[in-house]
Amino acid sequence: MAERLVKVYSRFNRIWHWLQVLSILMLLFTGTRIMSLHPILPFQAAVTLHTLTALFLLVLWAFATFWLFTTENWKQFIPRYEGLPAVIRFYAWGVFKGEPHPYHKAYHRRHNPLQALSYLALKVVLFPAIWISGLAYLGYTFWAPADHASFWLTIVANIHILAAFSVATFVVLHVYLLTIGHGFREHVRPMITGFEKVEVSAEAEAYFAAEKPERLKEEAQS
Amino acid sequence: MAAQAEVAAAGVPAAALVGSSTADHSKFEVLKKPFASGPEVTQACLSCHTEASDQVMHTVHWQWDYTQPETGQLLGKSEVLNSFCGNVAGNEARCTSCHIGYGWTDVREEASSDPTQVDCLACHDTSGQYAKQDNQAGKPPLDPVAPGAKTITGAVAWAVNLSEAAQSVGAPGRDNCGNCHFYGGGGDNVKHGDLSSVLYAPSRDVDVHMSSEGADMTCVDCHVTEGHAIDGSRFATNVTDPHAADRLPGAASDVAACDSCHTNAPHPATVVGLKLNDHTDRVACESCHIPSFARGGIATKTLWDWSTAGRLTEDGKVISEHGYTQGNGTELHSYISTKGNFEWAENVVPHYAWFDGNVTFTLRDTVIDPTSRVEINQLHGDAADQDSRIFPFKRMEGRQAFDTVSNRLAFNHAYGPGTDTAFWVNFDWAKSLQAGMDYVGEGFSGNFGFVDTYMYWPIAHMVAPARDAVDCAECHSPGGRMVNIAGIYVPGSGLGMGGKLGLLVFMMGALGVLGHALLRVFGAARRKRGGAEHG
Repeated sequence: MAERLVKVYSRFNRIWHWLQVLSILMLLFTGTRIMSLHPILPFQAAVTLHTLTALFLLVLWAFATFWLFTTENWKQFIPRYEGLPAVIRFYAWGVFKGEPHPYHKAYHRRHNPLQALSYLALKVVLFPAIWISGLAYLGYTFWAPADHASFWLTIVANIHILAAFSVATFVVLHVYLLTIGHGFREHVRPMITGFEKVEVSAEAEAYFAAEKPERLKEEAQS
Repeated sequence: MAAQAEVAAAGVPAAALVGSSTADHSKFEVLKKPFASGPEVTQACLSCHTEASDQVMHTVHWQWDYTQPETGQLLGKSEVLNSFCGNVAGNEARCTSCHIGYGWTDVREEASSDPTQVDCLACHDTSGQYAKQDNQAGKPPLDPVAPGAKTITGAVAWAVNLSEAAQSVGAPGRDNCGNCHFYGGGGDNVKHGDLSSVLYAPSRDVDVHMSSEGADMTCVDCHVTEGHAIDGSRFATNVTDPHAADRLPGAASDVAACDSCHTNAPHPATVVGLKLNDHTDRVACESCHIPSFARGGIATKTLWDWSTAGRLTEDGKVISEHGYTQGNGTELHSYISTKGNFEWAENVVPHYAWFDGNVTFTLRDTVIDPTSRVEINQLHGDAADQDSRIFPFKRMEGRQAFDTVSNRLAFNHAYGPGTDTAFWVNFDWAKSLQAGMDYVGEGFSGNFGFVDTYMYWPIAHMVAPARDAVDCAECHSPGGRMVNIAGIYVPGSGLGMGGKLGLLVFMMGALGVLGHALLRVFGAARRKRGGAEHG
């Protein structure tokens, strides 16, 4: 096993990630305005931007979900126990002692077990909570004639807001965790260039060299 | 389609040229004569319009009696008490000057059944010189006009030419309605707040429907009439008339609500418009589209405190103080001995409340709790009711007389020149209230006090142009216009449970990150120090 710079994030993967970043920041910015937590933007503009951004993000998610399942990439998010306690122990203890990160990224497993688990939770709990509540909120007109619609709207809106704060919390944790280990820049660079130093077997390396030479890069920058 | 459009376009000037009515009343022989009284004119009208008086006499406009369908309460001007002059009963010749008849001098009795007593001209005169005198129980000022006489709009009275008026009749215009309805409560815009003399010729900013720069509509364009029964009531209000855009223009409607014409999805199908349409199932159109009332320079009375009335100068003269100058420059009383203290306001932000159109009145037999504020008309409706809307109101503050033994509101005798009980002549509350209660046949203990009241007046006129509609943030902000509205979710008005919990989660996450980072920094520092010691 050797560590090589391999292209792990395809162009679509990176575009998806960064458009999602922009959308979520825009949604948090306009959403907090709608909640009157800051005064920037008129209310109507905030609502309109929020709606348009949300619809854009839903389309993006539809493409991303299709992409995940038509490529092998969905497997990156399958949770597994192996290595999880070591990673948890590292963040809770070892990191303060200056220990190295216990996980070594592999081409077929680029996320550490805790990372994979949290992204999975994000994808199957938090994101559905926010877009289902958001669509119910947006589509109020279709169920407004129902009994106690005003009460249910209150419930829907509160779920939406709770989920939104949870996403905001994820963003904070996500960005913070980039500072651990090799450092913030090192962690952000792969999502820009697509290339990351991962363990590849000799067979895989031979395969890339023969069939996908563009996926391998000689180490020059670091 | 093109041919139809041409016909319609060509039809407008043609119609203007020949006149839209099939009858020119100035050509009727029966009207070409001098008339000595109003009833004589009515008799002439009835010679063709044989059923007109019978129709009128079946309406609340004539009867001033109305049985509220939801509560069963007997309402109407002849029954209710209000926060303004108080009561019609006992003060007739003045208060019934706005009745659409001639000479109803005792509202304890039904209005006359004599068909000639209906005042056709009040609603149908288009000569503009017909008027009703302010103290003749509905009769017009005729030659010779008594010195000092006034019309119901407060103008110096002139001798009305009944023949000219009779020959001018047509569909009611704004002044026909406005001469009474703009002056309710004894002066311009005193009572309603959204009905003032400004509406005779409003700018587009004041009323987008009635302005000649707008739709140039008259009252009866919305208050559609059938058989002389006119839509619209504040005793049983149609707060909404939801329907899709499937009702053709001119289709029969007996409801004078905004959505009768505008549908319940009036905004365009854009991202903004669709969200605005989401409001219509809970918020009445008026709540956003009438940003404030008493616009255009005429103030409305917002407080009337009767308890201070009767204060006189040392030599027994009436005191009058001017404490408010309204937009058009007119000074208004802030105190007058006959009526007490007033407050006035213009461009008033409405009071908002859930409303299904029904009201329960505090009537003569209602026992009140004088230790708290009494609602003269209690509004029905709440968030759980599909037919309720958040509706704007003028909330009138009153302080008015009640019997401190029976705890019931007291009728007054205010108007009555030549009597020894009328308050406006004698300034004696005990006499005035005793006479008022005797008149309506209610017992009176002789002990009285004054209780604070609220009275709610639905605001439905003075619709502003769309660009002046209430801004979103007026409601969608902490302490916004919806601050007292329960049972509905108003984004931006404050964090609910989800928001508070979410904020807590976020704060804990942020604090966790901060703590983690600090521990890392300390750890690194210690390792560095340790490394130095051992190195």
